[in-house]
Amino acid sequence: MSVLIDERTRLCVAGITGREGSFHTLNNRNYGTNVVGGVTPGKGGQDVEGIPVFDSWEQAVAEAQPNTAMIFVPPRFAADAILEAAAAGVELVIAITEGIPAHDELRVYNTIARDYPGTRLIGPNCPGILSPGKANVGIIPASFFQDGNVGVVSRSGTLTYQIGNEIAQAGFGCSTIVGIGGDPVPGSSFVDILELFESDEETELVVLSGEIGGSAEEEAAEYIAENMSKPVVAYIAGFTAPAGKQMGHAGAIVSGSAGTAAAKAQALEAKGVRVGRTPTEAARIAVEVLGGASLAAS
Amino acid sequence: MDLLEYQGKQLFARHGLRVSQGKPVTNVEDAVTAAAEVGYPVVVKAQVLIGGRGKAGGVKLAADESELREHASNILGMDIKGHIVRTVWIEHASDIASEYYASVLLDRSAKKPLVMFSVEGGVDIEEVAEKTPEKLIRHHVDPLAGLSRAEALRIASEGGADADVVEGVADALIALYEVWLQEDATLAEINPLIVTPEREVKALDSKVSLDGNALYRHPENQSLSDSENEDPLERRAKEEGVQYVKLDGDIGILGNGAGLVMSTLDVVSQAGGAPANFLDAGGGSNAETIKQAVDLILANEAVNAVLVNIFAGITRCDQVAMGLIAAFEQIKPSVPFVVRLDGTNDVEGRRLLAEAALANVHTAKTMNEAAEMVVALAAGQSVGAPA
Repeated sequence: MSVLIDERTRLCVAGITGREGSFHTLNNRNYGTNVVGGVTPGKGGQDVEGIPVFDSWEQAVAEAQPNTAMIFVPPRFAADAILEAAAAGVELVIAITEGIPAHDELRVYNTIARDYPGTRLIGPNCPGILSPGKANVGIIPASFFQDGNVGVVSRSGTLTYQIGNEIAQAGFGCSTIVGIGGDPVPGSSFVDILELFESDEETELVVLSGEIGGSAEEEAAEYIAENMSKPVVAYIAGFTAPAGKQMGHAGAIVSGSAGTAAAKAQALEAKGVRVGRTPTEAARIAVEVLGGASLAAS
Repeated sequence: MDLLEYQGKQLFARHGLRVSQGKPVTNVEDAVTAAAEVGYPVVVKAQVLIGGRGKAGGVKLAADESELREHASNILGMDIKGHIVRTVWIEHASDIASEYYASVLLDRSAKKPLVMFSVEGGVDIEEVAEKTPEKLIRHHVDPLAGLSRAEALRIASEGGADADVVEGVADALIALYEVWLQEDATLAEINPLIVTPEREVKALDSKVSLDGNALYRHPENQSLSDSENEDPLERRAKEEGVQYVKLDGDIGILGNGAGLVMSTLDVVSQAGGAPANFLDAGGGSNAETIKQAVDLILANEAVNAVLVNIFAGITRCDQVAMGLIAAFEQIKPSVPFVVRLDGTNDVEGRRLLAEAALANVHTAKTMNEAAEMVVALAAGQSVGAPA
């Protein structure tokens, strides 16, 4: 098994006709993801390498029955694209777009919660989701990962590749890699994804990769202590980040005494979660907990 | 993006919050003119993006022109914790009956706007929150509905505002919420929010942070912020669209992806080094962006060695290698580089680097090894033959 995406995924992409959008959509299809359509207003009736393009999400849902949406449109159009996909009844919306205004994210999050409770949003500003061997939605380079028993949830893309690759080199694979994104108001938090991994039969261990800013890691620590039977290994980036400086991600900023890497590592360790000091150490701990021998799907 | 006090107050005034009349000035003669316009007594306030201005002597009351000249000339050019005062704000001094506190911010945890109010203003609000939390009212607002007048009145009265100014405080809270909402702010804070003897409710200070991602909706706000006090390299990076933060060390860092770069800084520190910067070349970085990034890193004269740490997903290592080679041909750096290329097209990238046989460029296989090498090189030690 895996979480969120698999062989049953039917993907439709907002922004499929853009340069980045088409490139990554075709990458995802080459991996084996079932791409059933794309949405670009005004370009309905065209196709991208055989993938039909629709004018609206309503039309896409009626004609191609997608259950997953990927958002690849520029920041100023992204909020409306997410809400349109949700309104059309798409269950899972994965927003790759970086640079969406925080107030838009707030409106999107609260609108989905109130009006479209059946829709789950991942991102924005995230690398997407990969269930190795099954489906890839987003920009995660699939070649570094194989099918297996480690669930990965991360706020950062490249850091996920770094840790995932070290786990892979030790002979382990991943059930699903979920990038929740580096923005202040993510659609899904660590807790949401941990909950999915806890009930996923294939996942035996979860690697959580956090960073400075906000309190999502602290909330994850509480959740793990109270609700997780599976081991969780964590890594936190940003120990050397000065307060008040934004470190790339809009969400990665230490304000006052809150949101520091040290506080996050401490909160996790206080609840019994082992925290690696480097990505390499986090991967090593994960491998050690798994018993050192490969548990890759046989 | 953090605003100076007077810039925040100008936004406040635009949304109907009461502020004292004042003027920003950059020299003593303009200060004299401004003071005559707003009327003595005046307050001379240093405009810097750092707390503790009062304690540092950056806020002074002037009863007449001679006092004003003295204070303005002392404060202009003053160094407050590394921030040089280039602008002072001259405003008519207010009589104060009470000092309250009000703010609206984005509560990331609740994913809702949070309105806070206290009658214990004029002091460090974090201390109030810690020692007397019952005196700080916290109210989450439904962002889809906005802050209603009924809610604002309740916050003011439950917070203990004097009965005769509950209406005035509610008006101020609604205006502050409008500032937060309409200007795409992540924080809008007033400390103190004063009540005058005439029972007027006024913002005596401001602290506003705007969302940089939303600036396209606010062209009039794009020129705000403290650009004069910004680090010149950070300003240049911003103009070039590069994510760069200057730090205090001597090891330049170039990586891709915010998380991996933050992690690289940590690993270098753990190896005993001190990073000179954060630089995220971004996903999909090509040869040109890499060259630009190298240029920016080396523009910091403190840099003694540079670590390039790339785990390529969308980025391609051959592109990074070509960018480095092009950069080295043009810039001919005098400091050693350690390059770690992993991920998409890494073999090709490493081959290109090896063929170019660049002087003073070392390659490393892992992030930890790369960190140890660059720390040794920055300290002037040798690490074996270059790549």
